[in-house]
Amino acid sequence: MAETATQVAVEAADAESGRPGPGNVGDRVFNATLWALGIMVLVVAGLIVLNLALVARPLAKEHSLWGFITSSEWNPIEEHYGALPFLYGTLVTSALSIVLAVPIAIGLALFITQFAPPKLGRVLTIPVELLAAIPSVVYGLWGLFVVVPWLRESIEPWLGKHLGFLPLFQGPPIGLGYLASGVILAVMILPTIVSVSVEVMKTTPEANREAALALGATKWEAVMLAVIPYSRAGILGAVLLGLGRALGETMAVTMVIGNAPQISASLFAAGYSLPAVIANEFAEAVSNVHIGALAGLGLILFATTFLLNAGARILVTAVQKGPSRIAG
Amino acid sequence: MTSAPAAHAMTQEKPVASVPGQHPAANPPPATSSDTPPKVEVQDLNVYFRRNHAIRHVSLKVQPRTVMAVIGPSGCGKSTFVRALNRMHDLVPGARVEGKVYVDGKDLYSKTVDPVLLRRRVGMVFQRPNPFPTMSIYENVAAGLTLNGIGGNHDEIVEHCLRQAALWDEVKDRLKHAGTSLSGGQQQRLCIARALAVEPEVLLCDEPASALDPIATAKIEELIHELKEKYTIIIVTHSMQQAARVSDNTAFFYLGELIEIGPTAQIFTNPRERRTEDYVTGKFG
Amino acid sequence: MNFHSSFRYRKFVDRGMAAVCAIFFALAFVPLTSVLWLVISKGGAGLSWDFFTQLPKPVGEAGGGIGNALVGTLYMVGLACVLGLPLGVGAGIYLAEKGDGTLGNTVRFVAEVLSGVPSIVIGIVAYALVVIPMGHFSALAGGVALAILMIPTVAITTEELVRLVPGALREASLALGVPNWKTSLRVVIRTAMSGIVTACLLAVARAAGETAPLIFTALNNQYWNVDPRAPTASLTVAIYNYAISPYDDWHAKAWTASLVLLIVVGLLNIASRVLTRNRLKGAR
Repeated sequence: MAETATQVAVEAADAESGRPGPGNVGDRVFNATLWALGIMVLVVAGLIVLNLALVARPLAKEHSLWGFITSSEWNPIEEHYGALPFLYGTLVTSALSIVLAVPIAIGLALFITQFAPPKLGRVLTIPVELLAAIPSVVYGLWGLFVVVPWLRESIEPWLGKHLGFLPLFQGPPIGLGYLASGVILAVMILPTIVSVSVEVMKTTPEANREAALALGATKWEAVMLAVIPYSRAGILGAVLLGLGRALGETMAVTMVIGNAPQISASLFAAGYSLPAVIANEFAEAVSNVHIGALAGLGLILFATTFLLNAGARILVTAVQKGPSRIAG
Repeated sequence: MTSAPAAHAMTQEKPVASVPGQHPAANPPPATSSDTPPKVEVQDLNVYFRRNHAIRHVSLKVQPRTVMAVIGPSGCGKSTFVRALNRMHDLVPGARVEGKVYVDGKDLYSKTVDPVLLRRRVGMVFQRPNPFPTMSIYENVAAGLTLNGIGGNHDEIVEHCLRQAALWDEVKDRLKHAGTSLSGGQQQRLCIARALAVEPEVLLCDEPASALDPIATAKIEELIHELKEKYTIIIVTHSMQQAARVSDNTAFFYLGELIEIGPTAQIFTNPRERRTEDYVTGKFG
Repeated sequence: MNFHSSFRYRKFVDRGMAAVCAIFFALAFVPLTSVLWLVISKGGAGLSWDFFTQLPKPVGEAGGGIGNALVGTLYMVGLACVLGLPLGVGAGIYLAEKGDGTLGNTVRFVAEVLSGVPSIVIGIVAYALVVIPMGHFSALAGGVALAILMIPTVAITTEELVRLVPGALREASLALGVPNWKTSLRVVIRTAMSGIVTACLLAVARAAGETAPLIFTALNNQYWNVDPRAPTASLTVAIYNYAISPYDDWHAKAWTASLVLLIVVGLLNIASRVLTRNRLKGAR
């Protein structure tokens, strides 16, 4: 008849057979399901590495690793594949983007966390989030029709005239090329660096800042005394994360880099990057070696971003756990 | 099918003779005969957190339908002790409980007892009110029933429990509002109603009023006084005045040990142990 | 007292640096306004009912639209949701509930690193997993690529959200005699649910904007398609193809399609914010 909770408990307690109760089966099923889901993540990661290696295998039969990395000739027709132009292009464009983006990102982060009034600071993160939400291909479109002509008509001639003695700024200003890619990448990685830096700066103990201010420091001095030393490692982590994004960025770069598998010292020149060549050639590649070469480039990308991200996470979590662990 | 919770205890005891609203010290000690079995009996309880021996060889008895206050300075193990009574330590990695805890003669720690089910017999109210944020007032009170798939007329049960918690009149028109829309004191009474809905026989209260303002605190104390007629209550409190106002018996803990236990009036006016006397006269703690 | 240590100098530096930071902030605004302004002004002109509903016309012919690309994107993103979201959310719950041991730490580390893998590399993986066995490009391959992209970020955010639920709620539920698994599911996760939905919507918004992994998995299609085994057009690939073409009217289409894409992404972002508001009256 009426079964109160107490009667249920008593019956369960009276049972002699081990630990009774409906909760146990449920617990075991739940825990097993969760465990399986966690393992699936590892499975997916394993699949990624495995498949990349599998697709790249035909390449390994024709080229040595060293040959692949150091050769600068990329010739699908003659089946000769060298990764150097792409490594170079990826490196140059990413380095340029970091040089352009980091000062602005740090300034922005400082503005949001230190100089702007707190309520305004929260509003100011909105444009940063908007920048982050714009898809890559739209940036590419904008880059192609706005940045490239701007560089071609205004910036590059100016740079060539005034700083043309540097090999960096020599050659015809075609607009497309490393410089355009660097500029667009800088815009794209800005939100990443800013948001992580803001997070890191916010964890600076208020006490440190207030102590500096109480000693009569100006706001900027308080920043230099209290915030920067504490967040240094975290900001470095943010920069690494931004760098990782720049390395892997595909569409925007593909559209403005000029797609020329060559190496040149000038920023005005057209070049190529690892993701760009994969995007352009993969769909039409026919021979297994060609596909393998592209997958090999993908493996290089994977390994580089893996190491960068791992390093970045370690730095960012080290800051959040406490400054005592970081060598000043 | 559960109707309004009526049939409670497995045994019939003589209700404790006390006049509600009056200082228990003004009443004679609880009139229980020596052959009334205790509701809760603890024998040689030890609780370890890894190598920390937090509760040491504690034994005590709680008579049915009485209020036992657990007092002592911070860190003396009051909360730890009370949490051992509904096996909350099962969920703490590294925690080990030895000894016996009998409720109505059944050892809670025996292998045949399901900790999940026992928590319906021994309910708990926490220090900070914690209504479930995604649920309405109604859903909060009924939570123990719905989550456990207990049927019955939930409407009646919810009203009954809210009345027992002295909250019905204040919320009867807004049962569908969020549980978190109430004031702190009301939220705590909501949590009490929620705990009562699963029909416990013993109610453990871990400093239930310490997060509340004085008026809300007074209401909670009044409530405990009323609940005493049906439930056996063990209340942890850091306020000696509260213990004196609310409880029939008091247990004084210090550094994980039970130093002294006895009728509240006696503990506060004529303690046997020196340390008890020092504590209740404010020499430390 | 020389200028460099004087208070005026320090004040000057302080104001100067604040100004520099403000200027940098304005600088960041420039590309944002430029992109949004151009997409709206250049793309707005081409918006029409036809654009949304028609198939693309061959070169030289005027008119036509991105109807099939829009459907393709919605279809593949939907596929990715079905494949990736349960796995991502589930893994996140695993990390929050059971993820404190070595296995949990490994899974967490792997998820965090995976979230940084370039999407084009994931495209190669989807190629190997689906295109090679099937022998041809397909919408399924595109969906798989997008799903793999979603899993790590959703898992990481879900874990954060579930861990944010106060332990007191779990204790309160357990003290009512509710078994651990029910407590996890119906109290803890339920409390975190609106945040989890937000995280999923944001992952969907990201997936909708991806191009690289679709280029050689789903390829493209001039016609309508909802068959997972056939190649499919997508909004992002359409923008790309239009943009790099040599035709001016196709460039204009690229802008309009970008506007459509931004609207889709924008709606998803707005939806995610609206949903986080608590539905119960008076809840704090």
